[in-house]
Amino acid sequence: MTATLGAATTTGATTRLPRRRGRLKRVPPVIWAFLILPFAFEIALVFWPAVNSFYIALTKWNGAGAPEFIGLKNFANLATDPVFGQALGNTVIWMVGFGGASIVIGLCLAVALNKPRRFVGLYRGAIYLPMVFSLAVTGLFWRLLYQPEGAVNTVLGSIGLGSLEQQWLADPNTALYAVLIAAVWRQCGYIMVLYLAGLKGIDPTLEEAAAVDGATRWQRFWRIVMPQLRGVNTVVIAVTVIDSLRTFDIVWAMTRGGPYNSTQLLSTYMYQTSFSTVDLGYGSAIAVVIFLLAVVFIIGYLVRASREED
Amino acid sequence: MTAIDSPSHVSAQVPAPRRRRGLRGIGFHLVMAPLSALWIAPMVFVVLVAFRSFADITSNGLGALPASFSFDGFTTVFTQALAGGALINSAVITAFTVFFSLLLASWAAFALSRYEIPFRRGLLLTMLAGNLLPPQILLIPVARICDSLGIADTLFALILVQTAFGLGFYTFVLHGFMRSIPGEIFEAAKVDGAGEIRTYLRLVLPLCRPSLAALAALATTWVWNDLLWALTVLRTETKFPITAELLNIQGGFVSQWNVVAAGAVIAALPTAAVFLIAQRQFVSGLTLGSNK
Repeated sequence: MTATLGAATTTGATTRLPRRRGRLKRVPPVIWAFLILPFAFEIALVFWPAVNSFYIALTKWNGAGAPEFIGLKNFANLATDPVFGQALGNTVIWMVGFGGASIVIGLCLAVALNKPRRFVGLYRGAIYLPMVFSLAVTGLFWRLLYQPEGAVNTVLGSIGLGSLEQQWLADPNTALYAVLIAAVWRQCGYIMVLYLAGLKGIDPTLEEAAAVDGATRWQRFWRIVMPQLRGVNTVVIAVTVIDSLRTFDIVWAMTRGGPYNSTQLLSTYMYQTSFSTVDLGYGSAIAVVIFLLAVVFIIGYLVRASREED
Repeated sequence: MTAIDSPSHVSAQVPAPRRRRGLRGIGFHLVMAPLSALWIAPMVFVVLVAFRSFADITSNGLGALPASFSFDGFTTVFTQALAGGALINSAVITAFTVFFSLLLASWAAFALSRYEIPFRRGLLLTMLAGNLLPPQILLIPVARICDSLGIADTLFALILVQTAFGLGFYTFVLHGFMRSIPGEIFEAAKVDGAGEIRTYLRLVLPLCRPSLAALAALATTWVWNDLLWALTVLRTETKFPITAELLNIQGGFVSQWNVVAAGAVIAALPTAAVFLIAQRQFVSGLTLGSNK
């Protein structure tokens, strides 16, 4: 599930309701039930488990028997764990590479495909389509492409770049980037959707006026369009970072963190320590690190969402 | 791919300066056509591999153009890998999760949007925050909770967990939509003597149909595509949804690329179908709330 908050893309030029109008003063019992049932459900299966993770992170626990409280020892061990270091580094590369590439490509595509023209619907559809595939399916698609005899090497060979042919997923130097390209291929359509919605909300007369005044396309884009996309940018960046930190499926489907941890991300390392090694305290400590990295962006997102609300 | 129509908002835009239009137009298509082709190429390749025979792939190589046409890959997937019912599992999980998520979310959104609930904004944002948490922080405790409730390794548990995790986002979006319904409509209903449940059933749900449809299209693909929760909650392979089963196919049919490709195509088809049938709902779902 993606951290989609498409919801907050443009600042609302909403028709504001007069305050209190249409809301009933007294809250009837059935309405309390309507609210409390879903909320309690979310507390039981989301917030309560999340709180538990923070405690488990302070223990040594293999799942059987009672967890043994060891304070911050798991975190101290993380600091000296080379695999954790590599996973953290890879996660940063992933955030910058996956985020940067999909945002730049998605924005360019949105600007290019914003105006009605012949075939624009077709081009958009082509870019959108990968976004509906699961990351597991995307991973398998690209595993096929990256095989030594697969399409990537065949195409490289046929256009005279045979020297670039390699074992993309088996080579620790290329594996992470190979997986990253697959993820970007899928993500661009989504980013494009968000920017298209943002572009729809900007005032076309400003750009017209600037064009009349002789501003070049480039100037118009940076001085007039981009500032109006600020809200969308916040959403896109928050969503991208949150998505990057949760990335698991595609790596699991393509490389399982290998070869030699070269594609290990915090999320895959967390999964391995928790469910293969069954070192639940240590796994939870990694989960807490992931949470701490995400929390700023989650708050940023929520602040924007609340501004949107009223 | 041809059933795609451009979304409605393309109409009222800046008229492009007419000069040099022909030339620029050609340049535009010279860039976009190959780019779109490049985007589709991976899918075409996988589909081609899926319809080749194993002998063709081994003798001519995986990257070669097809020299055969065979359904062997699909037959193998259906008779061996999917014999356990992974597609049915996925369908059951998706149908129940989408239904319950939207049901519960519409309740919470109705309460929060139309009544003077104390701290309603805080409650709404808290619910939304739950959906933004990295799932990793939930995995271990969720697995333990399922164990202690005795529902570990059941589709029921997976449906519960996925419903709870998605709830916040759907509530937030539906809340935004319900707030935009003019209050007069509700006052009129009250004057007519309609109670809360009647108002919810006869007024709110029908009015929310567009956003419910958009969220349903989105949620269907999200739930269908889930892998991590399935791996966390389920252990028995016959209960696996198609995403988890795909990884088994990959491990069980090493280098039988036609089988692997056929499995990937089968897993991709349902969500691709949802997209092609409901592209408008799907795309508007991603940007819901931005044009309320």
